[in-house]
Amino acid sequence: MSAARSCRESFTSTLLELARKDPRIVALTSDARGSVSLGDYATALPAQFVEVGIAEQNEVGIAAGLASCGKIAFVCAPACFLCARSLEQIKVDVAYSGMNVKIVGVSGGVSYGALGTSHHSLHDIAVFRAIHGISVFLPCDARQTRKMTEWLAANVGGAYMRMGRAAVPDVYESDDAPFVPGKANTLKVGNDLAIIATGEMVRHALDAALGLEKQGIHARVLDMHTLKPFDEEAVIVAARETGLVVTVEEHSVNGGLGAAVAQVVVQNHPVPMRILGIPDEAVVAGNSAELFAYYGLDAPGITVAVMTALGAKNRVRP
Amino acid sequence: MNEANLLRRKAIELRKNLVQMIFDAKSGHTGGSLSSLDILTVLYYAILRVDTADPAWPDRDRFVLSKGHSVEGYYNILADKGFFPREELKSFCKFKTRLIGHPNVKVPGVEMNTGALGHGLSAATGMALAGKMDGKDYRTFVLMGDGELAEGSVWEGAMAAANYGLDNLTAIIDRNRLQISGDTEKVMRLENLKGKWAEFGWANVETDGHDLAQLLETFRHLPLEKGKPSMIIANTIKGKDISFMENVAKWHHGVPSEAQLSQAFAELDKLTMEVSE
Repeated sequence: MSAARSCRESFTSTLLELARKDPRIVALTSDARGSVSLGDYATALPAQFVEVGIAEQNEVGIAAGLASCGKIAFVCAPACFLCARSLEQIKVDVAYSGMNVKIVGVSGGVSYGALGTSHHSLHDIAVFRAIHGISVFLPCDARQTRKMTEWLAANVGGAYMRMGRAAVPDVYESDDAPFVPGKANTLKVGNDLAIIATGEMVRHALDAALGLEKQGIHARVLDMHTLKPFDEEAVIVAARETGLVVTVEEHSVNGGLGAAVAQVVVQNHPVPMRILGIPDEAVVAGNSAELFAYYGLDAPGITVAVMTALGAKNRVRP
Repeated sequence: MNEANLLRRKAIELRKNLVQMIFDAKSGHTGGSLSSLDILTVLYYAILRVDTADPAWPDRDRFVLSKGHSVEGYYNILADKGFFPREELKSFCKFKTRLIGHPNVKVPGVEMNTGALGHGLSAATGMALAGKMDGKDYRTFVLMGDGELAEGSVWEGAMAAANYGLDNLTAIIDRNRLQISGDTEKVMRLENLKGKWAEFGWANVETDGHDLAQLLETFRHLPLEKGKPSMIIANTIKGKDISFMENVAKWHHGVPSEAQLSQAFAELDKLTMEVSE
């Protein structure tokens, strides 16, 4: 397996490279240059860096104003604060006003697991999916983060990109791996079931599928890196060809990837589904790995869920 | 006729247009549109460097209506200036119109969608910051309501604009002392406003928000202080120039009856005559 690298470091090193070439790029942060790993950027390009202090609402508002004057504004802060504190600014100043602002939420999901619910962003996919005018991306590894960052800088429009804090093992082995917004990547073929995952969960889903393969179960794995616009076609094809869809996300089971997939499945090709995510309950404390294990979102947990679901599928469709 | 009197006549004409528009749409924010109208008139007819033929001109001055609900005067001015056909004003708040009840960028001349209060100052701060970054000489203006100042985000923006020394930014407060529930000082005390803005690092001045000569004089001497953002606290009267609307909180979004519309027009016509004399 490839070395583990953090998405946020991939993001900031890519942004620095891009910003050196394009003076329109501006990075804003709210006293989070450390959390975001923006230190090198701030030192190298002070004229393209805006510190607003601990004020996420103002951070997004200023970014929208900069964007209205031709800047490509990257708002960088912990996801938990951006998707809650500054939600109205994102809705009105960015999405509704159509400003070219990229909201980059680091340490998303339960990255800050032991710090409590204040520091979790388990509702970000749900809220941003429901706001017109903003795309939603969750990279699964450092390589994909790089591609996404390049795409965000090159394409006009409001967008939200959420990544985790810890270093994560590479999912993609090559820099040539495709990243087309709104087009899921098939990481493994198989017709017994489809596992659709997003963000950090993709690696766990792939590991589970590789383990299942050894037991003769052929799981298809889709990396749903874009939550909006959503690749409905890939979901419909997966439902039709496999008859069982399992989704995995570091997000509340309400309103996230599972809900998006279910919305497509029930209206196009109804098949049994299992939605794996964080249940609607007070989240227990722990680091990411502990929480993924506790909530059944790591490879062993996904495997158990798949076996149970397959049993049910086979009872329905012998 | 001197410049202030010409602007006064224009402002009265605009008042008639906006009240008519609210009457036709059976919807609108009457009181605040009237209180802020003289400020908008001076800005658009004497101060702002804009090109109606090229609303996206990079060197234009920027204006953000943070108190977005006071849109009726704003739309009338944009149409009168030629940003879009006057005829279109009839579509205000009608099915599928772009002239919705708050400013939005689909309307030529509008820089930022507003409507949620407490957003405009941050956006304007970003515009002014972009001007400094790019070495441009355009200026940015933002008009806020007084009730709006209870939003915490206003003070985040206030801190940042001063921190970055944005003397190309001017904020104006439409200080009409009334918000939807009544007296601003009873709903949530704002005073000492001048002191608050001074403490936040803004150069500031208080003016009569209906004295067009005074407004002209103030806007022509910006920034108030080099290296600081400028705050103009414009003391105004909610419902200004229509006697039964003046200082009455319920006219915040009151819609006149036909009889009230006639009375308003009669009063405004009389005021026009007084200016001519």
